[in-house]
Amino acid sequence: MILLECPYCGPRDETEYHYGGQAHVAYPEDPNQLTDQEWAQYLFYRDNTKGLFAERWVHTGGCRRWFNAVRDTVTYEIKAVYRAGEPRPDFDSLTQEGAAK
Amino acid sequence: MAEQLMEQNVNIQGPAALRRSPLAHLAGAIEAGAVAGERGVTLREIPFLTMVGLRAQPGSAAAAALEKAAGVALPTKVGQTTGSAEGTAVLWLGPDEYLLVAPEGTGAGALTEALGDEPGAVVDLSANRTTLELSGPSARLVLEKGCNADLHPRVFGPGTAITTQLGPVPVLLWQTGEGPSGQTYRILPRASFADYAARWLLDAMTEFAAPEVP
Repeated sequence: MILLECPYCGPRDETEYHYGGQAHVAYPEDPNQLTDQEWAQYLFYRDNTKGLFAERWVHTGGCRRWFNAVRDTVTYEIKAVYRAGEPRPDFDSLTQEGAAK
Repeated sequence: MAEQLMEQNVNIQGPAALRRSPLAHLAGAIEAGAVAGERGVTLREIPFLTMVGLRAQPGSAAAAALEKAAGVALPTKVGQTTGSAEGTAVLWLGPDEYLLVAPEGTGAGALTEALGDEPGAVVDLSANRTTLELSGPSARLVLEKGCNADLHPRVFGPGTAITTQLGPVPVLLWQTGEGPSGQTYRILPRASFADYAARWLLDAMTEFAAPEVP
C-alpha cells in the first residue's frame, strides 16, 4: 500500500487515488498531419522505465484534482509530487537526495 | 412562471411532507444501535440539511460575493471549515470547490443571486447527501475501524472536515465538536450509499457494548 501525498490534501491512502499513466505526454500540435503510425505512437506507446518515472494520479476520493508524481518503479518510493502544469523536478536532484539519506 | 410555481411549492406543505430521508427505514435500528456507558457511542440522522455546492477561484470577485451572501468566509485549505455546524458552515472540498451546509430550508437562492454573472457555480445539492452524527467516547474508535485518514486529535480536531472513505463508501467526514464525553462527528455519505454507511456504522458500534477485551 502506498501512502501518496496529494499536493492539495496531504498524505492519503492509495485507495483514494486512481492512476493516470505517464505524465508529460504532449498532445500533438496538429493531429491531422500525423501518419497512422505517429498517431498510434502518441496514443498507445509509453515508456517502461526502470527507476524514476513521472506519472499522473487523480485524487478521486478527495479533491478530485489531477497531479503528477515521480515514482521509483523499482522500490515504489514516491520521490516527489507536484501540481499539474508545474515542471517536472530534475531526476538527478531527486536521486542525489535519496543517496544523501 | 416556472420560478413562481417553484416558490409556491416550497411554501406549501406538500413536497416537504412527502419527502423521505434516505435513512427513514433505518430509524428504529439506528435508535436501537446506541451504546451507553463508558465506551458508549450513538448514531443519529440529521436529515434534510441544506447543502450547496460552491465553486469560485479563491480571492476572486465571485468568492467575495459568495462570502458576503453566505455571511461566512470560504475556507482556504484542506480540512478547514468556517462558520458553525449549528448554523451555516462551509467545508473545503478542493482548491476552488466548497460545500455550504446550513439548516433545513435555507435554500440556495440568495447565493445564486449573489454570484450573478461572475465565473463560478452555485448548485443546490441538498438531496445529494444525508447527514449522520456519531458521538460518544468511542466515536473515534468506530471510525478508525474503517477510515484510513489520520483522525488523531493532533491533526483532526473540532472543525476539521475532509473528503475520505469510510469502509468502501466515499464520505465527507467532519468533526463538529469535542467534549468530556468524546468527539462528535458528522458523516455525509451520498444518499444512495447512506443505507450501507449506516449499517456499516451500526455493525462497527456493536463491539463497544461488550466490555473491552484486554
